[in-house]
Amino acid sequence: MSINASGWRPEAPISVGKTSSTTTGNKALMLEEALIFEIGDTTTTGVDFDQAPPLQGRGWGGAVPQNATADSRRGPTPNPSPEGEGLKDSRLGTLARTAPIGLPGLSEPETVRHYTRLSRQNYGIDLGFFPLGSCTMKHNPRLNEKMARLPGFADIHPLQPVDTVQGALGVINELANWLITLTGMYGVAMTPKAGAHGELCGMLCIKAALEARGEGHRKVVLVPESAHGTNPATAAFAGYTVEDIPATAEGRVDTAALLARLGPDVAAVMITNPNTCGLFERDMKVISDAVHAAGGFVYCDGANFNAIVGRVRPGDLGIDAMHINLHKTFSTPHGGGGPGSGPVVLSEALAPFGPLPFTARMADGHLQLIEEETAGDEHPHSFGRMCAFHGQMGMFTRALTYILSHGADGLRQVAEDAVLNANYILRSLDTTLEAPFGTSGPCMHEALFSDNGLAEGFSTIDVAKGLIDEGFHPMTMYFPLVVHGAMLIEPTETESKAALDQFIVALRSVAERAKAGDVSLKSAPHFAPRSRLDETLAARKPVLVWKDPDLAQAAE
Amino acid sequence: MSRYFTEDHEWVDVDGDIGTVGISEYAQEQLGDIVFVDVPDEGKELTKGDEAAVVESVKAASDVYSPVSGTVIEANASLGDTPGLVNEDPEGDGWFYKLTLADPDELSELMDEIAYQAFVAKL
Repeated sequence: MSINASGWRPEAPISVGKTSSTTTGNKALMLEEALIFEIGDTTTTGVDFDQAPPLQGRGWGGAVPQNATADSRRGPTPNPSPEGEGLKDSRLGTLARTAPIGLPGLSEPETVRHYTRLSRQNYGIDLGFFPLGSCTMKHNPRLNEKMARLPGFADIHPLQPVDTVQGALGVINELANWLITLTGMYGVAMTPKAGAHGELCGMLCIKAALEARGEGHRKVVLVPESAHGTNPATAAFAGYTVEDIPATAEGRVDTAALLARLGPDVAAVMITNPNTCGLFERDMKVISDAVHAAGGFVYCDGANFNAIVGRVRPGDLGIDAMHINLHKTFSTPHGGGGPGSGPVVLSEALAPFGPLPFTARMADGHLQLIEEETAGDEHPHSFGRMCAFHGQMGMFTRALTYILSHGADGLRQVAEDAVLNANYILRSLDTTLEAPFGTSGPCMHEALFSDNGLAEGFSTIDVAKGLIDEGFHPMTMYFPLVVHGAMLIEPTETESKAALDQFIVALRSVAERAKAGDVSLKSAPHFAPRSRLDETLAARKPVLVWKDPDLAQAAE
Repeated sequence: MSRYFTEDHEWVDVDGDIGTVGISEYAQEQLGDIVFVDVPDEGKELTKGDEAAVVESVKAASDVYSPVSGTVIEANASLGDTPGLVNEDPEGDGWFYKLTLADPDELSELMDEIAYQAFVAKL
């Protein structure tokens, strides 16, 4: 036989147990890198500038046009600088920089690698399952992005003449019609920029309606414990006094307590439906009717509309105002401070008080923008304007694309699949983790567990950190507050059964370790680029800006 | 010197007409690692139930309500650099502020140590 003498002898890897750390600190594909200020030097740049020409003098005495007349050629007398001429003489005078600017001076490959490395350390919806509850994180169809980037949507200005942006106004109007139809409401304010902004819009409509009725003295807003945290904040911001309504043992609004509190001082009730415990408020219609009979209005937080879209029309439940987080229910990227959009659908009673501007399709098909100048007699009761312009155009195009690409039947299936997926998770894990409202019937879009049953000293955060090692973004932790050590999981409709099964296996394994008191979980994650951080130290002695160590030393 | 507790987990030690205020062992345990404490300025007039101080943990910021009315005469300056004192010795070195009591009768509405322990045991 002939033998290749290169010495290469393929064999199965030998397990050596715990591997030592590397010389570089890199872990194969996970590369370590110094901070960007610590790479390269601060004196180079990828862009060449000529050295500034020496100053000839001050004033504009320098160049003289060749065709100038003898008289004008004399021009103003040049004004030589007192320091004489040369490079040290700057046009900036005393404002010239005397110390290095300290900006990173990286080559193109260094810069590209820096950002590529950072992007690879980021866990995103395009990489894996994002089970955060209370904040629907669904996929971002590339079709949406394509539509949003079309010329005519992406490159227009809100102050352009309306005749030149009929297509964009058409998108806003078409989306508005869809939202009204899907919710069974009467009107919609498209301008609010996010959910909480939408809440404020709705509360201001309610305030305007009450004042128009001469009932501005109604100052109390009732907010159940199962509502989103922004609800009481919005009510307080709008000038109302907030009163809590307790929840029942099954995680829903205590209807009897709410009805008992109604009276002539109650302006509105704010209810999140489906609520933050992932449950549908079955008594919604009863509550709405009672609130209306008592002269108040019903605000619904529609952040969880994705669980009921196409199945339930909030208008049928007697709701007067509800915001829809377009970025949750109808996709579009969000999170990390990204843009949101929170249009508010309004009942017939509140629609006249909605904000300006809005779009209106005229009898001839032409779209008009109704603003202060054009509102006239048709919309005299508007509470005013809460946004400079028409709303989040980029969100509108994406949301309408999502709606039109799904169609009415597709949207209905969105809700059905989201609820099915959440119940699959709830029932697959409720023997491993305690599901405090597991007996309250099927959940809606999210499954809720508590930390009850974990070993002494173990908490939800240990489970969450363990999930990072298993390759998942953690679920929402410690919220809602009504459940101890809450773990809130929202799979959305976009995850496959295989993806859910893998997540369930991972969470079951981590939860069993936490129940058994596996100490290695206390320092998890072990496989992430950074292991468990000292949050206490970070909060007690935060380092908020990078400082040049040399400068810091010199200062001491 | 006697110690009184509120249902919101503040304590006040009373020595003559001077009260020393802090939060209970149970409270620090619930809050987790304390990272910042904002204490009231000297001379501040407080009414019982007023937001007197803010205590911030990794988890959340919480208001500390004055268990009694009075005028602040001293704040615990050590908490500025070492907020962890509240975790280590909440009912001793981790005190928040001292005040002159405006109305000693208010103390009768507070719990003594035994009553407070019984109250906490039910939570």
